Amino acid sequence: MKYDSEWDVIVVGAGPGGLKTGEEFAKRGCKTLIVDKKQQIGPPKRCGEGLSMRWIKVGELKPNPRWAVQEITGVILIAPSGKRNEIDTSKTGRAGYIVERSQLEKEMAFEAIRAGAKIMLKARVFDVLKSGEAITGVKVNYEGKDTDLKAKIVVACDGVDSRVARFAGMKTAMPLTECDSGYQYEMAGVKLLDQSKMELYFGEKVAPRGYVWIFPKGEDVANVGIGISSHLEKSAKEYLDEWIETHKERFEKASVVEVNAGVIPVCAPIDEFVADGFMVVGDAARIVNPIHGGGIGAALEAAVMAAEAGAEAVKTGDVSKQKLQKYKDTWDEVRGKEFAKILKVRKFFEKLNDEQMEIISSSVDPKVLVALGHGAGLGTVVKALAKASPNAAKFALSFIKGGSDGTE
Amino acid sequence: MAAVIDKDKCCYCGGCVSVCPVNALELKETYVEVSDKCISCGACEKACPAGAIKVKK
Repeated sequence: MKYDSEWDVIVVGAGPGGLKTGEEFAKRGCKTLIVDKKQQIGPPKRCGEGLSMRWIKVGELKPNPRWAVQEITGVILIAPSGKRNEIDTSKTGRAGYIVERSQLEKEMAFEAIRAGAKIMLKARVFDVLKSGEAITGVKVNYEGKDTDLKAKIVVACDGVDSRVARFAGMKTAMPLTECDSGYQYEMAGVKLLDQSKMELYFGEKVAPRGYVWIFPKGEDVANVGIGISSHLEKSAKEYLDEWIETHKERFEKASVVEVNAGVIPVCAPIDEFVADGFMVVGDAARIVNPIHGGGIGAALEAAVMAAEAGAEAVKTGDVSKQKLQKYKDTWDEVRGKEFAKILKVRKFFEKLNDEQMEIISSSVDPKVLVALGHGAGLGTVVKALAKASPNAAKFALSFIKGGSDGTE
Repeated sequence: MAAVIDKDKCCYCGGCVSVCPVNALELKETYVEVSDKCISCGACEKACPAGAIKVKK
C-alpha cells in the first residue's frame, strides 16, 4: 500500500495507548500515522483484560457486548490460608468489565481511522531520524523495505518492549526487581467462585510479590493467570502450573483456548516523557500501576494528555522539549502524587511474609485493602500490623519513620 | 550470542527485550532475535515468564 512520507505525527505502536494517541491527534487536525510491526491489531494479548469504569470514562470508550464481555461487581481477595475477603464494588457504581481485548483494540482502530488517522501494519521501526538532538521522524522497515518517514512529533507507544525511546536516548530497560513476569491461560469450563467477581490469590508460595488471578469472561470462561517478581529462579509458568494443579477441582472440566505471557513494569515512570520532537506514552513510559499491574487505563489517560500538548505544539510550529513538557507537567499534576503513593504501597507489601499478610487480611477493612490499588490506606494497614504483632511493630515503625506519609 | 531462546517455549511477549540492559534483544512479531551485543548477564533468562531462555556464560 502507498503511504505519504511526511506527517505531523507518527505514533509507534498500535495498542490501546497508540490507537488513542493517534485518534486524539487526528481529532485535533494533525496529519497522523500509527505504525505497528505486527500484521494485525490486537493479538497476542499480554494482559489480564480487567478494565475499570474509571478508565473507560477517561478513554471515552463506549462499552458494548462485543468487547465488554463480563461486568464485574466485586473482588474476592484470598489470603495464603484461604481466608476470603469479598468486596462488593457495585455500590460504587459498576466496577468495570473483563474485556475481550482483541475486539476492543480493533474497534479503537476503527475510531482512530474515522478520526482521520492512517494505520500502517507490518512496519517495524528500527531507528529514529535526527536533526542535531531533535527527533524528526523514524526509520521503518515496511513490508520488507527500509524507508524514512518524517514527522514533526514522534510518539513512542511501543509498549513494555519499547525500543523507540531508547533510540531517542532514554534509558528504559528495567531492573529485574522493578518488573513482574506474567503467564496466563484463558480457559473454558472453569469452576468460578462468582461469575461477576475477580478472584485474587496471595501468598509467598502462591505468587511471590504478586498474585494469581481468575478473571471471569462470561459463562465458564476465565483468564487464569499469575504475576510474580521477575528476579526469581522459577518461571511464572511454573508457579501457575503448580497453583492450577493444587486447585485442580476448579479445572476438572476446563481446558485452554489461549496461552499468554508478558512482563509488567511495576517501577517508577521514566524520568523524561518528552524530548525535542518526541513523546512517550503508556507502558513504554512505565506508567503501569505498580500494585495491580493495570496499564490500559494509564495509557488511555496519558494518550489524551500527550495529544492535547502535542497538537498545540504542532499548530504553533514549536515542537521543542520545553513546549511538549506541558504533557509531563499535566501528568505529574493529575497522576504523579498518587503514583508515588502506589509505589510506596508496593514496596511495603513486597516485604511482608504470609503471617503478616494473614494479619492484614483479618484485621483490615476489605474496602481499605482495595483502596491500596489507588495508593490510599497504607497508614491504616501499617497501624493494624503494628498493633497485632510485636515483630511487625518494629518493621512498621521503621517504615513510618522512613517517610510513609501515613495518609488514608 | 550467549542468550539462547527456545522458539517452542517462547510466547513472543517481549518481556526479555524490556529487561535487557544493552538492547541486544529484538521482538520481531513472533520470534526474538539475539544480537552479538549480548553480555550474558542473564536478566532475560530470569524474567522470561515461560522459562524459554538459557544464558550460556
